[in-house]
Amino acid sequence: MNSPPHFICTPFSLMACQGLASGETLKSLKAESETLRKKLEEERKKLHDVELEKVAEKAEALGELNMKTRRTLKGHGNKVLCMDWCKDKRRIVSSSQDGKVIVWDAFTTNKEHAVTMPTTWVMACAYAPSGCAIACGGLDNKCSVYPLSLDKDENLAAKKKSVAMHTNYLSGCTFTNSDMQILTSSGDGTSALWDVESGQLLQSFHGHSADVLTLDLAPSETGNTFVSGGSDKKANVWDLRSGQNVQSFDTHDSDINCVKYYPSGDAFASASDDSTCRLFDLRADREVSIYSKDSIMFGAASVDFSLSGRLLFAGYNDYTINVWDVLKGTRVAILFGHENRVSSLRVSPDGTAFCSGSWDNTLRVRQEGRGVVRELKQGGTTPYLKNIFLFN
Amino acid sequence: MLTNMSSKMQSSNNTAHARRTVQQLRIEASIERIKVSKASADLMHYCGEHAKYDPLLMGIPASENPFKDKKPCTIL
Repeated sequence: MNSPPHFICTPFSLMACQGLASGETLKSLKAESETLRKKLEEERKKLHDVELEKVAEKAEALGELNMKTRRTLKGHGNKVLCMDWCKDKRRIVSSSQDGKVIVWDAFTTNKEHAVTMPTTWVMACAYAPSGCAIACGGLDNKCSVYPLSLDKDENLAAKKKSVAMHTNYLSGCTFTNSDMQILTSSGDGTSALWDVESGQLLQSFHGHSADVLTLDLAPSETGNTFVSGGSDKKANVWDLRSGQNVQSFDTHDSDINCVKYYPSGDAFASASDDSTCRLFDLRADREVSIYSKDSIMFGAASVDFSLSGRLLFAGYNDYTINVWDVLKGTRVAILFGHENRVSSLRVSPDGTAFCSGSWDNTLRVRQEGRGVVRELKQGGTTPYLKNIFLFN
Repeated sequence: MLTNMSSKMQSSNNTAHARRTVQQLRIEASIERIKVSKASADLMHYCGEHAKYDPLLMGIPASENPFKDKKPCTIL
């Protein structure tokens, strides 16, 4: 598998390293494992009194959804693997298989910065909260930070700072609430929290039994946790400070490629190679919805919620984006346009647009297309329109 | 002698792993949970409260939209 991860010895791992406690044998531990697993299942079942879909029958039906492509960002010479929005809601950073990382002004489609990494497959990139730096990495097993200068001629590569060091590829990275810390996920099976200035490892997170493919930080109001997804088909929730894995979900049938928190922080969505997306509620501690169709047979690569959490945008390996009604579990639109896999998808910080990056080397920025705000009908029933297929 | 030592280390590794698993499961089993009905109601409530501020759901007036199609500028 992967090389042994480095880790800080937490109290738990110290205990595990000690000799046998009295009365404990491998057999008794395995038996206790089984008992605990059964108990977990029972506890979760007891609280499963209704389906989200059923409760959501009371919710308004979503009317016609009309998404239009507003910008197509062309300039990458190879597959776009990852993208992230700047907090200013107009700049975007994207990274590609050929090692290029580009910062775009999405309003004008101008390229503001470009950097060539000393590695191919730059699988992860992120914008710093200040908008003054970007982080990226991939097959180099590192996460590096590049301060962005106002001087467009300045050589970005000269100021590069190596922050994270893993023992396998970097699959994801995000700044925490400031430019000072970065959280990374890796093919080495671990996630880790780093101090940007010193490059010091602050905390590491062990528990996945295979590559960690994705992570997302909880919205700041909900406290210090993050969720990760892996090739072990599990989604794990972690306490940032203690390194403890506090919850685990294992209902997917294949690799989890992307996880994203619901805007309230009480739930998260996942996208998997099993061609489904799912919603997991953290307080109910279980999967509460599955977004799938028999006709969707290809893996889902990336998901994000609209501002209210009502819509889930998901990009797939069959080149499409499906838009799901999060509450009712139904698909409300399919968006075409990309000419290869959709690898990365993010809603802008103010929720006015979403951007998708693709193996067709482009990024597309899309919005609701009518140009007017529609009426929100309180209570009653809104006419339910059929799914709209948009060639867009 | 050597074989004895390596099998002891092996079983100690297995035991260490099993103990970690038990510790982990104890933590997961002990968390407080709420009913799905309550969780669902809260998700619906959040969506309902925020729907009118959701531009991808409700639309944006063209006049306020920074992404609206602009006529290209000519620099003289």
